[in-house]
Amino acid sequence: MRWLLLKDLQILRRSPLQAVLLVAYPVLIAVLVGLAVSRGPEKPRVALLNEVPANARVSLSGKKLPSANVQRRICAKVECVHVGSREEAQDKVESGDVLAALILPEDLVNKINSLSTLSPGTPKVEVLVNESDPLKASVVGDKIEALLAQANLALAKRIAVEGGRYLNLVIRGGNLPVLGGGVHVLGLQASAHILEAIEPALPNGPLKVALSQVTEFANQAGENLDIAGPLINRLAQPITVEKVAVGGSSPPLETFAIAVAATLTLAFVAVLLVAGSLALEREENAFPRLTRGLVSSAALLGEKVLLGIVVGLVVTMLMLAGLTIFVPLEWDRFGLWLAAIVVGGASLAAAGAALGAAAREVRAVSLLAFMVTLPVAFLSLVPSGTVGTGLYDVIKVITALFPFKPALEAITSALEAGNGSIGTPLLHLAILAFAYAAIARLALRRFTRV
Amino acid sequence: MQARELVKRFGDREALKGVSFAAAAGELVAVIGPNGAGKTTLLSILAGIQGADGGEVETGDGAVGWVPQQAALYRRLTVEENLMLFARLEKHEDPLASVEEMLELTGLGERRGEIVARLSGGNQQRINIAIGLLSRPSVLLLDEPSVGLDPRQRARLWEFVSGLAVRGTTVIFSTHDIQEAERYGNRMLVLADGEALFDGSASELREAVRTEAPEAADRDFETAFVAYLHHRGH
Repeated sequence: MRWLLLKDLQILRRSPLQAVLLVAYPVLIAVLVGLAVSRGPEKPRVALLNEVPANARVSLSGKKLPSANVQRRICAKVECVHVGSREEAQDKVESGDVLAALILPEDLVNKINSLSTLSPGTPKVEVLVNESDPLKASVVGDKIEALLAQANLALAKRIAVEGGRYLNLVIRGGNLPVLGGGVHVLGLQASAHILEAIEPALPNGPLKVALSQVTEFANQAGENLDIAGPLINRLAQPITVEKVAVGGSSPPLETFAIAVAATLTLAFVAVLLVAGSLALEREENAFPRLTRGLVSSAALLGEKVLLGIVVGLVVTMLMLAGLTIFVPLEWDRFGLWLAAIVVGGASLAAAGAALGAAAREVRAVSLLAFMVTLPVAFLSLVPSGTVGTGLYDVIKVITALFPFKPALEAITSALEAGNGSIGTPLLHLAILAFAYAAIARLALRRFTRV
Repeated sequence: MQARELVKRFGDREALKGVSFAAAAGELVAVIGPNGAGKTTLLSILAGIQGADGGEVETGDGAVGWVPQQAALYRRLTVEENLMLFARLEKHEDPLASVEEMLELTGLGERRGEIVARLSGGNQQRINIAIGLLSRPSVLLLDEPSVGLDPRQRARLWEFVSGLAVRGTTVIFSTHDIQEAERYGNRMLVLADGEALFDGSASELREAVRTEAPEAADRDFETAFVAYLHHRGH
């Protein structure tokens, strides 16, 4: 078997393109994933047309904020490209220079300020988006909506405070500022006290009974409206989220991204190399000569799986080593990495052998391997809940039949503690490895035909 | 080597219909016949590549070397690496010595380091045969060994193969070329549609042609042979 392995490695060395791809691919993946997980997402470029006068102040609940604060807050969330006119903003959106344009109209601050008055207006901002790319439009829409939701929440909190103040004024009394002056409001509590004082002076009769009812109402209203204050405050954010993790732990995004990159690398190397190498035996007419007594077909299959494991291990470890430049990895878990990569590589290589045994030409089998591996890899990354239950059940069955997903689970568990048990995915991989090896042996019988 | 009543079926088609023949040590047997006659199927059964559906093959004590029609070697390896690989797989005690021996036998010593894909078809065929000889066979099976070779390469090939037969190796080869079969074969086995029509020497075949197709007996051997096949219903 070792001579066949040596032969395959010699052939690999003689194929410069293949060898370069095997090294360049993991390095490229490592760099891309490294950059992706070590840098935050880029801010979207948004054109901003601010028509609000520079001296305008946002005045809510007794606080006055310069309108520049609004602009600063927006530009903290997105990359602002300042424009001078609506036409310029529109041009930039149409040309794709910016993802969207946000137009703050001249009367925005006045309308915001009116929210805390008794005659509130409706503040509006205008958003221009280019919908020629539905994906991009959706991303921009989400960003802008999130931005406005934050602004609305901030305003709602201020308005709730203002509402609370008005309610307090009704209950306890005080001065209501109107047109630069002030109007004294007696308040329910003071009204009740006055009525209670008057009531004994009145003779018994219908008038006294009516006054007593009014006094009682004023007392009840004063006492019960007190609890309305917190209710008004809750109106600003009626539902709060308390996130409780149940049903297992999910790995940090960064670990998951590294595991995906490592599994993709291992899958492509093991499946394509083994499938291609086995098909090459047929293409070179060597299979019948080898299996005429020099090696058994089972030994040949074992050699191919070993080739997939060895090359897959080297390339995947190279990739992980490259990633340590960007992200710290737990090298003390190396033993578990090794177990996950070797068992995953064996299972993926066995799947590659089954594919390689099913086709007669290297090119055809390479295409077949791509056509199988890539969609299964994508399906393995579909999270539950993002598609219908029936469809997800189908996806679960498909991904359970190919070693990509269990290999991903095993590598994720191996990379970091607390990412679930590694035993179950390793057992799953071992079962798949035996099943694919059996399929490959059956398919190899095709090779004996001359 | 002896074959008795060999039968091979591919689905409904019968590729071999009870073919029997024997070959003695040092004999050069040519298996001739038109395309689809069953020549490759017969040789692959004799080589043990595939089993027969009926009949039996006796190979004696020695190994059977097999040289397929299309070169069965690794084109991205060098001449030496190919020979070394198969010598190691044959578990030779001194694989390097075996490689040197084969390089000398094939006359490719100076090109030992060349990638096989860069060699001519003739040279590739010589390595193909050399690999078949690495098992030190007492019987060598050659499936259309001279296809794609120019006359000079063909002459060198047959000189090489005849030398093996002189040293006692039984050589059974298939060919389309009736003249080649007549020139190099001690005996001819004529196959057509899976049937063995004739088994004997070239002169006996000419005699059979004269008997069966007298109108073509005085023409060239190939034309006479075609007429013979026609008379036998093929």
